[in-house]
Amino acid sequence: MTTIEETTPVPSPRDAGADGGPLLDVRDLHVEFHTREGVIKAVNGVNYSVAAGETLAVLGESGSGKSVTAQAIMGILDMPPGKIPQGEIRFRGQDMLTMSAEERRKIRGSRIAMIFQDALSSLNPVLTVGYQLGEMFRVHQGMSKKDAKAKAIELMDRVKIPAAAARVNDYPHQFSGGMRQRIMIAMALALEPELIIADEPTTALDVTVQAQVMDLLAELQREFHMGLILITHDLGVVADVADKIAVMYAGRIVEQAPVHELYKRPAHPYTRGLLDSIPRLDQKGQELYAIKGLPPNLLHVPTGCAFNPRCPKAQDICTTEVPRLFPVTEQDGTGLPGRTSACHFWKETIHG
Amino acid sequence: MPELTTSADQATKAAAGAAAGARLPEPKPEKTRSLWGDAWQDLRTNWVFVLSAVLILLLLVMAAWPGLFTGADPNDKDLANHYLQHPNYGHVFKADWLGYDAQGRSVYARAIYGTRASLLVGAGTTAVVVLFGGLVGMLAGYFGGWIDAVLSRVTDMFMGIPFLLGAMVALNSFTERSIPVVIGALAFLGWTQTARVMRGSVITVKSTDYVQAAKALGAGTRRILFRHVLPNAVAPVIVVATISLGIYIGAEATLSFLGLGLNGVSWGNDISDGGNSIRVAQFIMLYPSIMLSITVLAFIMLGEAVRNALDPKTR
Amino acid sequence: MAELSKNDARADATPNVSKVEHAEAHTEAEAVAAVEAPVGRGEPILQVRDLKKHFPLTQGVLFKRQVGAVKAVDGISFDLYQGETLGIVGESGCGKSTVAKLLMNLERATAGEVFYKGQDITKLSGRALTAVRRNIQMVFQDPYTSLNPRMTVGDIIGEPFDIHPEVAPKGDRRRRVRELLDVVGLNPEYINRYPHQFSGGQRQRIGIARGLALNPEIIICDEPVSALDVSVQAQVVNLMEALQDEFNLSYIFIAHDLSIVRHISDRVGVMYLGRMAEIGTDEQIYEHPTHPYTQALLSAVPVPDPDARDHRERIILSGDVPSPANPPSGCRFRTRCWKAQDKCAEQEPLLAVPERFKGTTTPANHESACHFAEEKDVVGAA
Repeated sequence: MTTIEETTPVPSPRDAGADGGPLLDVRDLHVEFHTREGVIKAVNGVNYSVAAGETLAVLGESGSGKSVTAQAIMGILDMPPGKIPQGEIRFRGQDMLTMSAEERRKIRGSRIAMIFQDALSSLNPVLTVGYQLGEMFRVHQGMSKKDAKAKAIELMDRVKIPAAAARVNDYPHQFSGGMRQRIMIAMALALEPELIIADEPTTALDVTVQAQVMDLLAELQREFHMGLILITHDLGVVADVADKIAVMYAGRIVEQAPVHELYKRPAHPYTRGLLDSIPRLDQKGQELYAIKGLPPNLLHVPTGCAFNPRCPKAQDICTTEVPRLFPVTEQDGTGLPGRTSACHFWKETIHG
Repeated sequence: MPELTTSADQATKAAAGAAAGARLPEPKPEKTRSLWGDAWQDLRTNWVFVLSAVLILLLLVMAAWPGLFTGADPNDKDLANHYLQHPNYGHVFKADWLGYDAQGRSVYARAIYGTRASLLVGAGTTAVVVLFGGLVGMLAGYFGGWIDAVLSRVTDMFMGIPFLLGAMVALNSFTERSIPVVIGALAFLGWTQTARVMRGSVITVKSTDYVQAAKALGAGTRRILFRHVLPNAVAPVIVVATISLGIYIGAEATLSFLGLGLNGVSWGNDISDGGNSIRVAQFIMLYPSIMLSITVLAFIMLGEAVRNALDPKTR
Repeated sequence: MAELSKNDARADATPNVSKVEHAEAHTEAEAVAAVEAPVGRGEPILQVRDLKKHFPLTQGVLFKRQVGAVKAVDGISFDLYQGETLGIVGESGCGKSTVAKLLMNLERATAGEVFYKGQDITKLSGRALTAVRRNIQMVFQDPYTSLNPRMTVGDIIGEPFDIHPEVAPKGDRRRRVRELLDVVGLNPEYINRYPHQFSGGQRQRIGIARGLALNPEIIICDEPVSALDVSVQAQVVNLMEALQDEFNLSYIFIAHDLSIVRHISDRVGVMYLGRMAEIGTDEQIYEHPTHPYTQALLSAVPVPDPDARDHRERIILSGDVPSPANPPSGCRFRTRCWKAQDKCAEQEPLLAVPERFKGTTTPANHESACHFAEEKDVVGAA
């Protein structure tokens, strides 16, 4: 039946250092697409890391490169138009880009798993749910069909699909959107991966179903002590579950911060703009703050800081020099761990 | 009713403009590109298209002005001098270049003149099939209900009749088999394919938001059909039609080979005649066959290229 | 500000469902005249009464038998007042998009009436219906499919003038189209471009310009900003509000993003499975919800404030939304409601001010379809 509960706060993650280094470490990743109309620089030097038990939220709009980065990590980019000219993706210390295809395949699925936005198109409509869930076990662990099916039922129970044993032979279209998303989560979890990448997992879902699914993810993350990379554009969802946030714009990270810090004191005009444009109660009847202009066309990225045409604080230097990721400090200089900002004027932005 | 006047309150308009971020940072100025324009751009750089287009152009010229290619008369029978005369490959483009057939007619001349028959039948059949089948498909797809039920069942009935066999039976009852007659025989069964494709395409387009928007504006059925539905539904039909053109040319040749095709000059007739002398004069069957193959291939290649250019994924 | 006074007026306004002043029109000319008469500000301009749309489920190939019906909309009543924005929220399957189509006459209602200035538009046809279409326009959700990809922007915005030539004389049309482009913040020089050359936000503006072309009185917005980027949503919402002020429009704003709906709406209705669960002013609904579904919905909305994580009370609904082909008897929400009792299965609750709040001055004094409606603070520090 429906329950009402006081939310228990998500326990803080174990020290990243305790495991001897981050689970996933992306360094200076670049991804390009060679199209008829030119070279699209989708990702331009991205660095982020996730530790076990930690949730990293990657925030951005269309064209920011957040999905492409995730697809590059999973190795599912279409490689002829796509190219990775530079960068490292280190999983538990090993660079996946230099591994053989076979080794990568072993990691993908069993140690790193991905959940997509649209469960309906990610599940094969002509195979039963039980078959698809069982596939993970049959392929990666060589289980028999019967055992795999039993495991599939167990998984469906774990993700709280009611009457799992009866529904294991149903087809994806016989489930509702929220249930399908749970099945995708179940598929991702099947082999107890160490890292899950969720690409807009709840964007297509209703608000109440979204709450159910995010709760489920958080619970499973705690149970398996997994790392979670959550890719989204929804500032509300991020506030609920993230530990740290990386904000992306035009293929670059423009700000990184722990979650409470980011919302209280953003250090980049783009982040500030996003936060300001959320409708607030006392603004009713007035104009919403809107970041002027449009998200960038990746074929013609503006020179200097890519955000400069839309930035209320832009100066000359912003059109000529690409800002690097500056470490953000308090006004007196004491460091703020985990905080960086790619803005020449980060000081003014954070400290008013 | 509030009038939309240029003397509207400047402050509000400026506010609307500013709020909307008007004088938005302009996207880089680019030429107007329609979807057809985009498709054309794609085609121009596709070698398959260029090759097939050049070939077809050549064939068209051959059909329209065969005199440009040969001075000989394809119906000129000269048994006495040229019975089964072998080709003289040195005399390029001359009457005896590819030899003479069992009735003393220049094989080369007949190969050239046969182009006209094939292309006329192919193009004519395609035109009829697109117009008629397209109309039926559009009405069935758009109106649905009993109209669709009736039209679809009729389409199914015609589809049940084997294409070539049906054409043969039809043509068998004619002794004067001119080009329009052959076109009629092929089209009377061929229209079902375009009808089906058009129906499916129209059903997809009819449920799109922009058609709903046009209805919401109060647009009448004619406007919706011809301005909104048809232009967006026609692409798959174009592809099918182009490929079918090649198939109809082949069908005409087949009918002629069986003796049920055109009475006049036709590659099919030559191939059939050539079969009788195949032991001693292979060239009589060979050259019309080559012409036929090239022509059919050209249209199929064209259809392929057009389909890739109109593929909605690249739209 | 004009907005504040509107809110004051709403707080002690007439009930959400007012008396319908039937204007009997015996001839088509009278109907057209009635439709074109102006409406005073604050007067009801659209009155929906018990609207229903049931999609038949059929079996059989040639002779189709009806074996059931999907009750997409099953008895909705509300008013729209001139100059206001009525927000309608609900989740997938609640029927809000079907309501939009019914109001636009894109679907034929199975039952019920929609009174526009006293005329029942579900029964109109011919010139009178055309006159109505001029006054009620729609903005669609998906900017990528709501514009004909093979027409130029100028043609798209100019089409309303071709269909209703009396609105703009032929020579004037181009100028009007450019004006419209300007009003929505697009460069009029783009008049010959095609939709795919624009971004999503720009396409939505083109859709809005098309909706404005005939100077309508009512615009029905079906999720107009859901498909847009966050930074662009705010721009388009601002544009819509500014247009509302400038052209004196009334909006029905259908969406699932509760915070945007709250920002733009004066009154909000919450739909569930084809029925209206609760309706009131934005303050009443968001801060004093009395229907359990509204309370659950509000508690599920993620709040962009990490500190709120620890203070919120979360209502997690179990199970799925029942199928609209087979809705639960009595109150439709009872299968997922924590308060459900026998009465809920036997008696369908009417959309009315709950007994306990009748006559009081508390903001909970708004219509709610629940036998056991009561307040519950779900968002903590709102």
